[in-house]
Amino acid sequence: MFKNKKLLVTGGTGTIGSSICDYFNKNECDEIYSTTTNLSKVNTNLDYVKFTELDLNNIKNLNLEKIFDYDIDYLILNAGLNKDNIFLRMSSDDWSSVINVNLNSSFYLLKHFTKKMVKKRFGRIIFISSVVAHTGNPGQVNYTASKAAISGMVKSLALELSTRNITVNSVAPGFIQSNMTDKLNEDQKIAILDRIPMKKLGDSYDIAKAVGFLCSENASYITGQTLHVNGGLALI
Amino acid sequence: MSDIEERVKKIVVEHLGVEETKIQSDSKFIDDLGADSLDTVELVMAFEEEFGCEIPDDAAEKIVTLKDAVTYLSANSN
Repeated sequence: MFKNKKLLVTGGTGTIGSSICDYFNKNECDEIYSTTTNLSKVNTNLDYVKFTELDLNNIKNLNLEKIFDYDIDYLILNAGLNKDNIFLRMSSDDWSSVINVNLNSSFYLLKHFTKKMVKKRFGRIIFISSVVAHTGNPGQVNYTASKAAISGMVKSLALELSTRNITVNSVAPGFIQSNMTDKLNEDQKIAILDRIPMKKLGDSYDIAKAVGFLCSENASYITGQTLHVNGGLALI
Repeated sequence: MSDIEERVKKIVVEHLGVEETKIQSDSKFIDDLGADSLDTVELVMAFEEEFGCEIPDDAAEKIVTLKDAVTYLSANSN
């Protein structure tokens, strides 16, 4: 499905990121690049992925021309972190690092890669958002703000780039079995399952397949959209 | 016509698909030559490539005509 195409997915060591790498690899994607905060965390089963160590919190000081001296067809902005706390206890550091990594880093990566996509008149940009950007979630003021901002970015960028055969979309996962939801305790998990009509957490491959669809020829007329993958948790 | 002007004109002709005779030195890329805003970004990228220099965003925004490009590149290209 992705022959002769090149993919960059940020945060490739996370559950969703590595499933995206795996899905594209199995569907014949030619070259797969990724970023991680720590190269020693890279699992050997991802040996087909070319990893670059990158601190997204510090990306504005980096020379991206040098770090990413290649062009790509698909850019998946997947890397993200959460630092949850009730708002009244949230430190300004926890606010800014989440906004920096989840939102601001996309600005710099997009600046770099959209130039190349405009030039070759092809590109698929997918943000990984979250259902909580659309519903809110107590304890995640910083995280939901960063993810909700992406919705606006997707729409404006989709309009700006549409004449160059570049589509911009986002995938909004619900609760997916991942390193992020592993942090929840049993009571929290039971409460969440109770709210999901399908009565199960999503699988990271559910997200990878949605990303694959939006990158594929089947989705070439879809742009500026958010695809919700949440087992019915929120119908938006 | 200077060598720089000739090279700039060639890029504009190729990129915007306009006839060379229609390009005056003060023709505006967007208003007179049918470029859209992304075309102006692509023109600047093509100038950078041709002349081996980097044109920062604040300077790029001021390049709206052939003359602007020639003036900038005469002063800044290698």
